[in-house]
Amino acid sequence: MQRMVIQRIIIGFITLWVVSVLVFIGTSILPGDVAEIVLGQTATPESLAAYRAERGLDQPLYMQYLTWLGGMFTGDLGTSKAGGASISSLISGRFGNTMLLAGIVAIISVPMSVVLGLLAAMYPGTWIDRILTFGTLSLISVPEFFIATFMVLIFAVQLQWLPAIATMSPEASFWETIGSMAMPLITLIIVVAAQMIRMTRAGILNVMNSPYIEMAILKGVKRKRIILRHAFYNAIGPIVNVIALNLAYLVSGVVIVETIFAYPGLAKLMIDGVQTRDLPLVQACAMIFCGTYVILIIMADVAAILSNPRLRNPK
Amino acid sequence: MTELLEVKGLKIAAPQKDGSEIPIVKGVDFNVKAGEVVALIGESGSGKTTISLGSLGYTKPGLEFTGGSIKLHGNDILTMGNDDLRSLRGQKVAYLAQSAAATFNPAITIGEQVTESAVLHGVMTQEEATIRATELYHALELPDPELLGGRYPHQVSGGQLQRLMAAMALVGRPDLLVLDEPTTALDVTTQIEVLKAFKKVIQEEGSAAIYVTHDLAVVAQIADHIVVLYSGEVQEQGSVDQIINNPQHPYTKRLMAAAHAGPKPGMGDKLSGDHDKDIANVQVKDMTAGYGEIRDGKPAITVLRDINMSVKNGHVVGVIGESGCGKSTLARVIAGLLPAAQGNIILDGKTLEGSYKQRTKLELQKIQFVYQMADTALNPKQMIGEILGRPIEMFQGLTGKKKREKVAETLRMVELPVEFENRYPAELSGGQKQRVNLARSLAAEPEIMLCDEVTSALDSIVGSNVVKLLKRLRDLTGVSFMFITHDLSTVAAFADEIVVLYAGRIVEQGPVDEVLSPPFHPYTRLLISSVPEMKIGWLEETMKKREMAVGIARGVEITAVGCPFYNRCPIAIDGTCNIKTPPVHEPTPGHQISCHHSLEDILGFENAPQQVLHGFEKAAPDDAAIL
Amino acid sequence: MTDATANTEESTIYDELPDAPPKKKLELTWVGKLGVTVVVFWLIMVFVGPYIAPFHEADIMAYDSYMPIFSTTEGEGFHLLGTDYIERDIFSRILWGARTTIGIAFTATLMAYAVGVSLGIAAAVAGGWLDIGLSRANDAIISLPSIMLGLLAVNAFGSSIPTLIMTAGAIYAASVFRIARALGQDIMVMDFVEAARVRGETMQWIIFREVLPNAAMPLATDFGLRLVFVVLFISSLSFLGLGIQPPMADWGSMVRQNLEGLGYGSYAAVWPALAIATFTISINLIVDDISASSGGSLAKKMI
Repeated sequence: MQRMVIQRIIIGFITLWVVSVLVFIGTSILPGDVAEIVLGQTATPESLAAYRAERGLDQPLYMQYLTWLGGMFTGDLGTSKAGGASISSLISGRFGNTMLLAGIVAIISVPMSVVLGLLAAMYPGTWIDRILTFGTLSLISVPEFFIATFMVLIFAVQLQWLPAIATMSPEASFWETIGSMAMPLITLIIVVAAQMIRMTRAGILNVMNSPYIEMAILKGVKRKRIILRHAFYNAIGPIVNVIALNLAYLVSGVVIVETIFAYPGLAKLMIDGVQTRDLPLVQACAMIFCGTYVILIIMADVAAILSNPRLRNPK
Repeated sequence: MTELLEVKGLKIAAPQKDGSEIPIVKGVDFNVKAGEVVALIGESGSGKTTISLGSLGYTKPGLEFTGGSIKLHGNDILTMGNDDLRSLRGQKVAYLAQSAAATFNPAITIGEQVTESAVLHGVMTQEEATIRATELYHALELPDPELLGGRYPHQVSGGQLQRLMAAMALVGRPDLLVLDEPTTALDVTTQIEVLKAFKKVIQEEGSAAIYVTHDLAVVAQIADHIVVLYSGEVQEQGSVDQIINNPQHPYTKRLMAAAHAGPKPGMGDKLSGDHDKDIANVQVKDMTAGYGEIRDGKPAITVLRDINMSVKNGHVVGVIGESGCGKSTLARVIAGLLPAAQGNIILDGKTLEGSYKQRTKLELQKIQFVYQMADTALNPKQMIGEILGRPIEMFQGLTGKKKREKVAETLRMVELPVEFENRYPAELSGGQKQRVNLARSLAAEPEIMLCDEVTSALDSIVGSNVVKLLKRLRDLTGVSFMFITHDLSTVAAFADEIVVLYAGRIVEQGPVDEVLSPPFHPYTRLLISSVPEMKIGWLEETMKKREMAVGIARGVEITAVGCPFYNRCPIAIDGTCNIKTPPVHEPTPGHQISCHHSLEDILGFENAPQQVLHGFEKAAPDDAAIL
Repeated sequence: MTDATANTEESTIYDELPDAPPKKKLELTWVGKLGVTVVVFWLIMVFVGPYIAPFHEADIMAYDSYMPIFSTTEGEGFHLLGTDYIERDIFSRILWGARTTIGIAFTATLMAYAVGVSLGIAAAVAGGWLDIGLSRANDAIISLPSIMLGLLAVNAFGSSIPTLIMTAGAIYAASVFRIARALGQDIMVMDFVEAARVRGETMQWIIFREVLPNAAMPLATDFGLRLVFVVLFISSLSFLGLGIQPPMADWGSMVRQNLEGLGYGSYAAVWPALAIATFTISINLIVDDISASSGGSLAKKMI
């Protein structure tokens, strides 16, 4: 079992390395010479060359990659071209915002989804299952911006309860912060929960065809116990995996939601970085996203390994 | 005796979308008295499992009760509400499924699963249930009864799980037990052990039982009353004595005819003299094989050790042994699916490459492997014509009309209608699929067919028809067979030679009549004694035999030194059998027995000296080790 | 041989019984059929939409923006769903947009399938280093959020329809790869594949005759889901202003362009959003129906 966990972690590191290569190559194919963009059209060839030499841009690509990779390890994420601020300081604030948003969404949506998913699986074919199935199906079928817009329409325009824009100021009190975050929070909870409810239900129903479930029915075990004790324990692996994927999405994939509500998160930062050709910033963000994904997936896999009695209790 | 369960005019059907129904059970009547064991016997499709589940008020998904009644203590189960049904299931009627390995929840401890239903129904507290379960473990002769409850299902062996399922059913003291083919999936030696345990607890507990099976010999040991079913209807019912000794209905007679007769010498129709007995078709020399990385000629996990055997031209060699003994691996090594770590495979005098990838097309054609399960061996998306046509095209180079003619000819050879070439495997019955599976290998026109348990998954009648077909094919084409099975009776009736494998080593081999008559290797003796006979009282009789004393309670252990059968052998000699590789005796030419005892001692088995009982009383805590 | 004839005579009396009741054929419930109807409607619109639309997608009405539904403009005609922020007929633009949105998504999904299935099956069949290499590269692509990758691609290669198709195709090829590889691996361990190998069949035969036919049905179901994702992905890119460029009509950008109207009480943004929703929900309904009918129903036996 330990071997499997270690193996999984090693694969995670390999993935991270492949990502670093992809990210580096991917960002270097972005058009435009960084030096020209930074120094503008008035730059002289000498100043351009000086800038390149200073940033190591005159070196071969693989050297630039190694330098960059080395920087990553030592926590030196480079300097943003915008004002030359260090990327670490640029990212840290945004990272906090993102983690706050993702954390609150996760705390609410994960237990809610698992409970609703189990409920739907417990009463398949009944009205409660139908409502949950059709409701979540509709929600995963429409674009996020549609849900977000709808939220704005209801809570900000019609009812005027909540602000349409999420302004995050450090001086705001906790409740003010929560209030301004409310709209993105609700939107994300809906988006993420719909996915997780469906997958929880599917994961449970998937093991429901096993002979041991039939045996439980033939032993006169009650519905609730069949689902919670007999089926759930065997479906933990896939369910945890879906939760991990959705949490990864909360950190990296919320571009649309952050854009609509102008929420100052990491995803928005990266979008801006791409549009302004701020390569070091884009690279750093991409590595953070990928790292989050890899860590979450490793955690899910380890949880699946731990929840499997075959692996937990060898013969 | 009073009637415990009364089944009257029971009808169960599969409702279709268009409102029609496909009847599965067509009006069945039978009764179960208190304390009585009633056997439902029939082939797959007879509705026996469906009827037995009916006594729990349950049908498989897609089926419905459509008529009749099932009364337990006079209350109709079919009209019960959910609460009553729930307290019926597990508390008054308990179910034992065919495959315990699939029926135990892998994520829950054995103890919790065994006691669950009794505790949930409020029959007893958790403490009482646990005590009762431990008593049952003792009664069922399970190892480590005190610790068993804390284990997970994957930590115990198949035979133990099957007995644990009996404990699970019995814990709440049900009035009626429903046993659905509980020993079918087990090896013979495990089967009688489980049968014995079942019989004992049923007698001790005094509960009534419905025993579902297709095996008349098993029924003869355990049932009081037999109901013979075919296609959802009762053909005949009566006391066990009447059905076994004086069957009336033609279908019952046919079932009896297909049932095993105990393996005895002289059963088979042996080779006619015109076969050239001396030319070896396939030879296996000093072969060792296994799985995992091979280092210094030793695989990480050794499955077969020092195998020497041959299949002569036109001969049928039966390879017999329990699951895990390496018999399928032997066929896979010959077919090139698993390259041997040491030794050679020789085909017609020429040493073959280990892997099929390096063998020539002609060599691939000459050796054909037939898979056990037709369901996975036939591509579900190809029509029978395509499945059979491909080897014809590849090996004989026939195309177009000639290919089609050859496909038709092959279908006729396996007694299937020519129209089947336009069908998909899913449209065929189990026996028909197995014939197609054989036909595909036959279509290559091989010299030898390696048949891996091809009759094991089939019902007795269908299986015996397949064996008849194989005999006919042997006479017709002169192809040699290696016939792998755990069923000694089939081998006795079909093979020319037998190879007995135990824990990856050959313990005895030779002409079939020689192997089946004394002198026996102790393991062969155990195997022969374990095959159920269709005789009332056989179980008690056979359990008295000496070979049963130690043999059955032990698991298989693959050892590197000494005799592989050492830890199960009732006449093992400590200090010899567990240390030295046994010498080979040759009582008659071609008949070999590997044993440390002298031939005289083996012959006088009942009185042979025994130096040690190697601590059988302690029992191997974990005979799951290799399962 | 007398033995065999006796046997055939007997077997006419007691035929071998079928293993199980005949398999039910796939039949959709009314929900599934509704889904099929809507999807077929939109697919027809992909081809005929621009021809039956009363106006061209770029036609600007000389009257008023954000007109309500069922309004008429003098000399120009009837606007079933009103007009948008620069006085274009919304109904016509939705019909034109069907071609753009569904057409692009469909082409991109096909591309994702061509790449994903061939690489996935190749990895499953060949195994070894090819499998390890492809799987790690695939993990890396999947670990990056798709919108980010889209953004990067659009910035690198400019926003054009071919870029969009290639980008969406490449991103979703990764998830198709995963599924195709898993399916391929399941099929590769089947005995009939081993039988084909031992027969000496070529890799090509094994892939095309043994593995692919058995993976076809699950892959077809997954195609539906993937198409939904691609529609949503392209719509999201359009919403960010990175997808289809004006004046071409596509549902995602139509929502974005008319968002402001919501504040003035115009529903111009709602109609294209509904168009997306009807199409994607319908596909999901079909897929759900298919998987529900193939799954067993032990769950309904709980009491």
